[in-house]
Amino acid sequence: MGYVAVQGGITAIENSQKLNRYLRLRGTSSPLSVAQIMEQMGPLVDRVMSEGGLYSPFHAALALKQASGDPLEASFLVRAFRSTLRRMTDSLPVRTDQMRILRRISSAFKTIPGGQLLGSTSDYEQRILDFSLAEETEDVQEEAVREFEESARSPTQDAAPLAPQDFVKVVDILRAQGLVAPPPATEQRPAMDITQESVEFPLGRSGRLQMLARAETGGVLALAYSSMRGYGSVHPTIGELRVGRVQVRIPHPFRAGETVTLGSIVVTEVEIVASVQRPEGEEKPTFSLGYGACFGHNEVKAISMAVLDRAMKSPSPHAPAEDQEFVLLHTDGIESSGFCSHFKLPHYVTFQADLDRLRDIRRNDE
Amino acid sequence: MSLKDLLGGPDFRYNFAFLDEGAKREVRRALLKAVALPGHQVPFASPELPIARGWGTGGLQVTMSLIGPDDVLKIIDQGCDGSVNAVNLRKLLVATTGVRTTFDSREATLMQSRHRLPEIPMTEGQIAVLQVPLPEPLRLVEPSEVETRRMHAEGDYARMWVSLYEDVVQNGSVSLSWGYPCRVNDTYIMSPSPIPRWDLHMLHDSEHLTLLGAGREKRVYAVPPHTSVRPLEFDDIPFTVENFSGMACARCGSTDTFLDEIYDEKTGQPSRVCSDSGYCDLVTQGMIRARQAARA
Repeated sequence: MGYVAVQGGITAIENSQKLNRYLRLRGTSSPLSVAQIMEQMGPLVDRVMSEGGLYSPFHAALALKQASGDPLEASFLVRAFRSTLRRMTDSLPVRTDQMRILRRISSAFKTIPGGQLLGSTSDYEQRILDFSLAEETEDVQEEAVREFEESARSPTQDAAPLAPQDFVKVVDILRAQGLVAPPPATEQRPAMDITQESVEFPLGRSGRLQMLARAETGGVLALAYSSMRGYGSVHPTIGELRVGRVQVRIPHPFRAGETVTLGSIVVTEVEIVASVQRPEGEEKPTFSLGYGACFGHNEVKAISMAVLDRAMKSPSPHAPAEDQEFVLLHTDGIESSGFCSHFKLPHYVTFQADLDRLRDIRRNDE
Repeated sequence: MSLKDLLGGPDFRYNFAFLDEGAKREVRRALLKAVALPGHQVPFASPELPIARGWGTGGLQVTMSLIGPDDVLKIIDQGCDGSVNAVNLRKLLVATTGVRTTFDSREATLMQSRHRLPEIPMTEGQIAVLQVPLPEPLRLVEPSEVETRRMHAEGDYARMWVSLYEDVVQNGSVSLSWGYPCRVNDTYIMSPSPIPRWDLHMLHDSEHLTLLGAGREKRVYAVPPHTSVRPLEFDDIPFTVENFSGMACARCGSTDTFLDEIYDEKTGQPSRVCSDSGYCDLVTQGMIRARQAARA
């Protein structure tokens, strides 16, 4: 109710903000530095960049510090910051076939042109809590780094040669044999920008992939899992999963035909090969494809995206994961968490109206 | 820490009313279309704001796109100027515009609200901005956006009427309590935002312009002045508003306002007070006379 709360509301909000800061800082440890978060919490920073829709490890790490590590809150901070930035130009399509590989695997073929590179992954770690980390000192840190760098340089080590920068994509091998369907002509439209244009359904593929790229990791995972498990029929084979650095280029502002490289970003890209289909107008059956790509190193998200991309192309949608509106409107973490939280706001008026209806209906029953 | 610090420290880098002028123009273009097609939901880009989705970002973008330095702003939530979220939104708008604010709805040129309209009907030249969580009234009967847009385009409202009919059959009266679906300009069915049925008459043939913004759902729509807004009702089962007959505001004595039911913190005793705190304050300060029910 009002009156007293007119002042009380303001004071309560200010005190709540002070309390947040106090709770973050009251412990005996020294303040967390943004550099520590950037360097030692890579997957979390990547997730916030991806869901926040802004490639900036610094801003993502800063947001994580401010949000005390809550990825939804941090992504929201980044997204809100991003919407104030001027959009200067569109970059050229990123050439993932020219990626500087950090990791590359295929579940389809044992050997592939350019080779498989396990790189950094927790996939084959035994998930045993490492209590020595609790005692990690700067000496241990230096020693571990020195040891790794020396062994990586050692000529006696059976180290994989650096993957070439240009290599054939696994899916292109299949494509050359006509085993995967060419993209439908309706998907060849120029890319839209979901941050500048309103989203309407049915949404073109560029819009769908953009929405998935900013979607919340847990959200896309849950829906993709539903499709893998039984509500749908996407049983993916990972044609190729790669993580690496790609260059971001723009057309030269003055010299026609030339490009300028702005820098490089780390992305995860996944192409899945799914069930056999018989595209309309094509005589021979082909594999269907799904594509996922997101900022940073986030394999679960990229695979889930690819599964959902494929599921949403289903010719006869019946499962939730095959419904564009269902998938895209319910996986944005900023929107879903915002709406979920809003139920904490006062609903005195609507509840009063609800009470009025219930009492009225009960009278009707008598 | 002040909001000004949060928004970029001493070298204040944000535009007047936070949004850049291009983004404001985009919202205004959508609003112009909305005014031209009363009750029709117009999509807009709806970029993220520093306020959470579902907390009034639609209304906020409408306000930000319209507000000028000379505007007088009133922001309420549940009818109350002091409600925490109203305080928060007001703080953001004041920090980014420096406009004058008021609790007196008669003074406001722009009035942004969640869940209520002021008890004193607004007048010509005033703009009401309503925050909307779910802009689609047909969502009640149809989950798909593609399908509801088709239904609006074709005026295919049969399922809506059937659902009201079934409601009456099951409950003896329509159980929809707030956000009651209305026919606007005898054309589109519109959600008036979650205002109580009590407030609906103030949208009908009003002096003022009402703009409705749904940020998360990325839609704006409008009710221009002197446009008909009629709640869906059957000839033999008329629309009714909340029943406060025999009740009075424990604070100002009004018997013809929307009343909140409250419970005393110590004794647990129920009582009633005006939901519109600005109105109630004016009565208790002797600025206006308490409204007495003719309806009761």
